[in-house]
Formats: sequence, structure tokens, C-alpha cells
Amino acid sequence: MSEMILEVNGLKKHFETGTAFSRKRQTVKAVDGVDLTIKAGETVGLVGESGCGKTTVGRTIMKLYDPTAGQVLLEGEDISGYSQNQMKPLRSKMQMIFQDPFASLNPKQTVGAIISASYDIHGIKPANGVKNEVRDLLARVGLNPEHINRFPHEFSGGQRQRIGIARALALRPKLIVCDEPVSALDVSIQAQVVNLLDDLQSEMGISYLFIAHDLSVVQHISDRVIVMYLGRVMEEAPTAELYASPRHPYTKALLSAVPIPDPREAKARERIMLQGDLPSPANQPSGCFFSTRCWKAQDKCRSVAPEVYEISPNHKIACHFPEEA
Amino acid sequence: MSLHKEPFVDVRNLSVAFPTEAGLVKATSDISFSVGLGETLAIVGESGSGKTVSSLAVMGLHNRKRTQISGDIILNLESGPLNVITADPEEVRKVRGKAMSMIFQDPMSSLHPFYTIGNQIGEGWLLHNEGSKKDAREAAIKILDLVGIPGASKRVDDYPHQFSGGMRQRVMIAMALVNNPRLLIADEPTTALDVTVQAQILTLLKDMQKEFNMAIIIITHDLGVVAEFSDRINVMYGGRIVESGSAEDIFYRPTHPYAKGLLDSVPRIHVGKSERLKAIPGQPPSLINLPTGCAFNPRCEYVDQVPGGRCLTDIPNLYAIGESHVSRCFLSENAAVSGK
Amino acid sequence: MFRYVLKRLLYSLALLVLLSMVIYIIFHFLPVDPARISCGQHCSPQTVAGNRHRLGLDLPLWQQWWDFFRGLFIGRTYGDGTATFTCPAPALGFSFPNNACVTSLIAQAFPVTLSLAVGSFILWMILGISFGMAAARWRGTWIDRLANAFVLTASALPPFLVGLLLYLFAFSVHLIDPIAQGLWVSPFSDPVGFFKNFIFAWITLALASAAIYTRLTRGNIIETSGEDFIRTARAKGVKERRILVKHNLRTSLAPIVSQAGLDFGSLLGGAVFTETIFQLPGLGRLGLKAVLQDFDLPVIVGTTLFAAALIIVFNFLVDISYSFIDPRIRNK
Repeated sequence: MSEMILEVNGLKKHFETGTAFSRKRQTVKAVDGVDLTIKAGETVGLVGESGCGKTTVGRTIMKLYDPTAGQVLLEGEDISGYSQNQMKPLRSKMQMIFQDPFASLNPKQTVGAIISASYDIHGIKPANGVKNEVRDLLARVGLNPEHINRFPHEFSGGQRQRIGIARALALRPKLIVCDEPVSALDVSIQAQVVNLLDDLQSEMGISYLFIAHDLSVVQHISDRVIVMYLGRVMEEAPTAELYASPRHPYTKALLSAVPIPDPREAKARERIMLQGDLPSPANQPSGCFFSTRCWKAQDKCRSVAPEVYEISPNHKIACHFPEEA
Repeated sequence: MSLHKEPFVDVRNLSVAFPTEAGLVKATSDISFSVGLGETLAIVGESGSGKTVSSLAVMGLHNRKRTQISGDIILNLESGPLNVITADPEEVRKVRGKAMSMIFQDPMSSLHPFYTIGNQIGEGWLLHNEGSKKDAREAAIKILDLVGIPGASKRVDDYPHQFSGGMRQRVMIAMALVNNPRLLIADEPTTALDVTVQAQILTLLKDMQKEFNMAIIIITHDLGVVAEFSDRINVMYGGRIVESGSAEDIFYRPTHPYAKGLLDSVPRIHVGKSERLKAIPGQPPSLINLPTGCAFNPRCEYVDQVPGGRCLTDIPNLYAIGESHVSRCFLSENAAVSGK
Repeated sequence: MFRYVLKRLLYSLALLVLLSMVIYIIFHFLPVDPARISCGQHCSPQTVAGNRHRLGLDLPLWQQWWDFFRGLFIGRTYGDGTATFTCPAPALGFSFPNNACVTSLIAQAFPVTLSLAVGSFILWMILGISFGMAAARWRGTWIDRLANAFVLTASALPPFLVGLLLYLFAFSVHLIDPIAQGLWVSPFSDPVGFFKNFIFAWITLALASAAIYTRLTRGNIIETSGEDFIRTARAKGVKERRILVKHNLRTSLAPIVSQAGLDFGSLLGGAVFTETIFQLPGLGRLGLKAVLQDFDLPVIVGTTLFAAALIIVFNFLVDISYSFIDPRIRNK
């Protein structure tokens, strides 16, 4: 039985907008009740469109935000209420890599300094010295160890993303939250970084929470996938099952909207065209959030929000009228 | 190459370079292509491939003082052919927004935040039509309606920030179409949009193409978008076209190692177990320091198969490998089919 | 929109009231006893106590403030016994050294300061914006470099130094008559005299600001010209001139005009150095005399509050006008 690295129960994160006195004070319910679990060595993909809250989930788990409600258990330890000081010793267990390889590295620091910063902060002295450790990490992510003294601007986007990965690896974390790690990269580079993440997982047994909007990439790397919409979970299933037979109408629509790089298939495929735009997370619809765009929405959908339940083993869904398998 | 006998836009040997402090950036070298009315050409490439630069050249949007442009870009207008490169900039300006229009990637920053969309669309209409501000407003309402903005007569007085992402892109499309252009250039029109909205916008573009019988050039790195939408495809790398053909040619008979590599490395939604992605090693080239010989040679796995190491010294031409299918690779040199 | 204006108005008024309280508290905690100072070197304790009573300084602080605040609306009587003086509303205090109501002192000094502010404002805006536009339009050429030289020089010279040099220069070529200079003449009755009095003071004050605004304008125009919506306008076929004026300038100049409003507002509180050098009897000199010469607390409090009130008013005006320019602020 694999150990449970991360367990999230009923996570909520709400943001207040507007000033203290303004009448336009709104609550943006970015994350509104999310459960998820990640076992050791597993990759859980988190997908959804704008406003679905997937990035906020990632950041709240990392305690970059404090949860409004719910629990976050890291290796069984409840960190939901922890202060930044209490979190510090746990940071070595859980790391993050970010979307923008250009903005997430300090341009004034050398690559070596960026990667070894973690050692300084946590007072860790690696067995064979910091410099050698950093060189090892650079080699492991496919970069030239001799470039340890170069600055971020001397590297391309894909290489910078590798530097970010090396930095995340420095403390040998159990879990890495990947927030859109390949979206900003060129297509031919995306494949390189995805393969790298795969290899690192096999070698080091790291778990990933892979947050992305690109369903094709998510399918490649994830063991299980969770689909979010407007702060709530719509469906969760093992990857193959989700992509082969999605049960939630939104998942189905999402999958049918993904452009297929194959002209014959693209013409032959049946497209579900959703009307309208995504509602704003500040103004959630009543009942099921997807009811405003769902082609089979009924009155019940518009008034009663569906609970998440298990429709088949390991396959969860929040829908009153799921699709046929 | 075009499917039509007389294309609307005919680009020949276009080269665009920018002198910078770091050196001469050879953004495109010797590009030739053509597009006819009702036809869609997709220009596919990654960052630094030169794809946006070529379309900006077609629109005449490069600053002539700071750019070295050579070649010919012929627009076959109703009033006669116009060479964008050699014509008076004022002549080209008159054609922009009328015979040819462009939409860009990020609709939020591409619309002026201080003016209503009615004002912005109307401005385009008034530039090329005789009429009053009221007529311009009517024209704006009509085109907004056509692109699917609900409640167009009210929304025409709204500001860009009052629209959602997908709606803003529709507004941009409306602005580009208000004067019935013959050519629409779409630079990454769906990249900033959510997937479900993306599908709507692509459908809209297809419908508009039929409605106006336009030539469309779509620039993108998303092969899925290309597969949905294009008749012909130019694959660009290092500022040159490395493969060109119909959609069927490129997707089912890719020949150039880069095109093949690209198609192999793109993750696709599939049934069954995920296989490891076949990545192209290395990085895209710098346009200041292009490799000698074929720009792709540092990353190409077939370099050794070409005798004499020519890949490292000579730049291949575009060799015909099908009826209207060409590839810039020495491996295709002798695969030429007689006639084109 | 109306709600926005109302909200800003109420904030401004509340801020003014709060401000008057803060000023009172600050001056109360100064380590100087105004009663003793106001009577000079050789004072008997009775005189000091008498002064203290006259100035109302023996009352509790809140009472002092409240009497002051009330006086703003209904006028107030100062002193007692034989020497009582009544000042009509708005009563900002009574200046014993000058033997006049503070309000009337300010009313006399204000037109001078206003003239100084308006003249230099016009001058620096014209210089700053036109130099900035030229520098942006001909970026990289000798025009740009010239403008940059101007910016560096003008920023490096402190206003008081500029003022002194100008005064000396003008005096030496007989452009300034030290006797006539400093005598207030209304621009309506003697425009030439008015102009002669103020022109050098205007240049002094305007120089540093012109430098700042040149740089701001140039920077904003260049930055805006790289914006995507400018590219869109070009793609639509809009003429370059129209792109500059309609699409670029409105965006570039909006923050500059706002900043100018604020700068103008603060200038209305008085320009101490310039007024002193050119002997202009404005608010700056009034305040300076009250601090250095008389320690005349009512005048100090009155001028401080007046200047602060002007800044708040202009803040308010700038906010409102900006919401006309930028629609994103309106509907927030």
C-alpha cells in the first residue's frame, strides 16, 4: 500500500474584493470545496479552464495562501493552520515549479545561487559539498554543469524551466506541485520537459500535482485526473478511464473541444459546442455551476448543487444526470 | 503555391531583417507563398521561426527605417495589383483595414481601454467609407451582431474591459471584418483563450470566411488548430519555410525532419496507454547566429545520412516531393516528382 | 458615477476635519511655548500668563480645537478686556503681531501665490510636454539628446540657486527694480508691471518641474507607442498623426495631467524660497515670517491648514477628472 503523501479535504479559498468600505465588496470563491489525495510516486492531474481554481488549489496546498476552510494533510500532518514559520521545516517535503520560466527566476542571481538557495535557507550541508550537489542537479535535469555561474537570461525558456525543476529538486521533496510547467514553452520543448518530469519521477519516486489546461499533456503524465469548474470538482477518475469514457457533461465537452492534430479525425469528430462564456467565480450560478452552459440541464440542476459521489470504483463525479459510460 | 490560379496575396522571396545592437536579426529569409480567396493558409512555427514577421510584412506594418525588407508582396486588388514592399506607404495604409485586416493574440491589450468598442470599430469603418458617425455606429452594431455578440445595440457603447476574453476576441474579429476584407491575417487568435471558447472562435472564423469569401492566413504553433482549420500549411523554422503542402500532405506525409519531429512530439489525446513523447533535442536557433548550412542541422537526427556533410555547409532548396508539396531537405532532393 | 463623486467628496471633507485635529495636536506637542515667545525677550510672568490666556492656550486641547473648528463656520472673537477682535467666518485665528485676522492675511497673500502658481504651471506644462513630445517623436536624434541635457541640467539646479542667479542676472541688466519688485500689482490694472514682477519667479519655479515633465512625457509616449492597441490602430489603417493624438496622447498624458493637478495644488500653499528671493508677499513669506520672526502660532496653523486643504481639494478634483479619462475606474 503506497503511503499517502497529500490529503486534501473540503478545501476552500475565498478572496474578498473591494475595499473595506465599498459597497461592491464581493467574495470570489476561487476554490469551493475540493477533495484530493496523492500517493507516493503518483501524478495527479488537475485540469480546468480560467476561473476553475486549479492554480489557487496548488498555491493553497503550498500554503502560499491560507485556506479559508478545509484541511491539508502533508504526510498525515495537518498543515492547514500552520504559520509560515511552522511551515519552514516542511518545505523540503513539498516544492513548486511555475509557469513562467522568464519571471520565476531572479535575474540577478546565478543559476548556482538559485539552486543552492534552498540549502542556505534550511541550513543543509550536502555530503559532497554544495557546488557538487548543484552540478549533479544540473546534469540530472539535462543542463551543462559547467554553466553553474551563468545568469538566467543566458538560457532559453526550456532551459530556464529545467533550472526551476533543479531548484525544486534540491531538497529531495516528496511532492512537487507543477503549475502549468509547460504552457509557456515552445511545442518541441514541451515534450522535452514532460519527458524529464517523467524520468525524474521514475528515478526519485516524486509525486506530482500537475496543474494544466492542456488536456493532451495531462493525459501523458497523469495517473489520475481531476476536472474542476468554477472552484468545484466535476469529475475525478484514473486517466485512461476519464479520457475513454468521461461521465460528466463538462468533461465530455472539454475533451471534444480540444483541437486534434489530425485533419481527418478533426473533421470526423462530433463536436459539442458550448454556448456562452465561463461564469465569473465572483458570481456563481445557483445549483450546479455548469448548468448555465450544459445542454442537458434540467430544473433540478439549476436549483440543487450536486454532491461528489463515486459512480464506479475510483471514479467520482458531481452531476445529477451523468453521461452513459 | 496556391490552390487557385490567381491568388489574392502573392509573396515572393521575402526577406526581413532587423539591425540590432547585438547583430542583424534575420527574421525571415527568402519566403514565398500565396493564398487565394476562400482558402486558408496556416503558418506553423515556434518562437523565432519568423512566422509573425512575414505577416506583418504583408500588412506593411514594419517600420521601413528600422527594417531591411526585400522581395515582393503582391496584393491582387480589384483596382489592380499592389506591391506592398515597393508601393508608397500611404497607398498601403489605405488598403490596411479595408482589403486586408489583422487580428492579434491578446484581445485585452489590443483594444484601446479608453474608447468604446463602437468608437473603435466605427473608426475603422469611417476610414474607408463615406458616412456619418451614426452610420458608423450602425455598421458596428451590424458586424457585432454577425460575430455573435448578444445585445449588440447596447454593447456597442461598452468598453473593452466589460467583455470577457472570448467576447473580446469576437470584438476584434468584428473590427477586422467591418470593411469586408479580402484577406484576414490571424496571429495566434486562440492561444490566449480557454479551450471551449477556442472552439467557438474557430467556428466563427470558418463561418466568416464563407460569408465574406476571404483568404485567411492563420499563424499558430498549435497543430490541433491547424488541423481543424487549414487547407495549406507552411512549416517555418529559423526564418525559412522548411516544408509546405496541403493539410493532408503535412499531417500524413511529413517529410522534413523538423516537421516530422514536431508532429511526433505533440501530445495527443489517445486511447490506451501513454507512450513516451518523442522530443526534438536542443533549442530553436537564434536568428542572429543562425547555424551555417541548414538551420535545423544541430537538432537533426538524419544529418549523417546526407553524403558530404552538406547539411552543415549548404542551405537546401525547396524540393518537390508531391503535387504541391515541398521540403527543404537534402534527403528530398532526389525524390522530386516530375512536374508540379 | 455620481456615487463615486459623492463618495470622494465625503472622504475629502472627513479628511479635512481630521487634518485640522492633527495639526492642532502637532503644534500642541511642539517643545515651544507660544505664549512666552509671542511676547519677546523680556517678559514678566504676568504678561506671559496673560498672553497664554489671550491665545486660549490655557484651555484643554480639545476645547481649543473645538473653538477653532467652530470659528471656521461662525466666526470668533479673540482676546478679552480692552483688546478684543472679532474675525468673521471662516476664522482661522488672530495674529497679534500683525494685528489682523489670519483669514484676511491669507486673503491678501493668496493672490500673489496664486499668480505665481498659475504662471509657472502654464510655463512648465508648455515646456515639459512639448519638449517631451519632441524628444519622443525624434527619439535618438540630437533633439532627444538636447532635451535630455535640459532635463539633467534643470533637475540638478536647486530652485533657490536658480532663483538667486536669475535675480542677480536680472538685476545686473536692470530688468528688475528692487523697489517695485514685490509690490503687488493686479494683472488687470497693470499687466506689464505684473508680468515684470513675476516673470523671473515663474522661470525659477517652472524649471525643475519642466524637467520632470519632459522626462515623464517622453517616457509615457514611448512606452505607449509599444502598446498592442497602437499596433491594432495601425493595422486598421489609421493615419500616424491620428494614432499619435487619439490613441497615444490620451493614454500617455492622462497620468501626467493628474500629476500636474496635484503639483499645482501643492504649489498653492506657497513657494517659500522663490517668494523670499523675489520679495513676493505670498503665503510662503507669510508662513516663513510667522515661524522665524514672530512664532505667530495662529498664522502658522492657519497657513498650514489652508495649504493642506488646497491639496485635498485638488486631489479630489484630479480623482474625478481621471475617472472621466479612464473608463475602467468609473465602473469599478
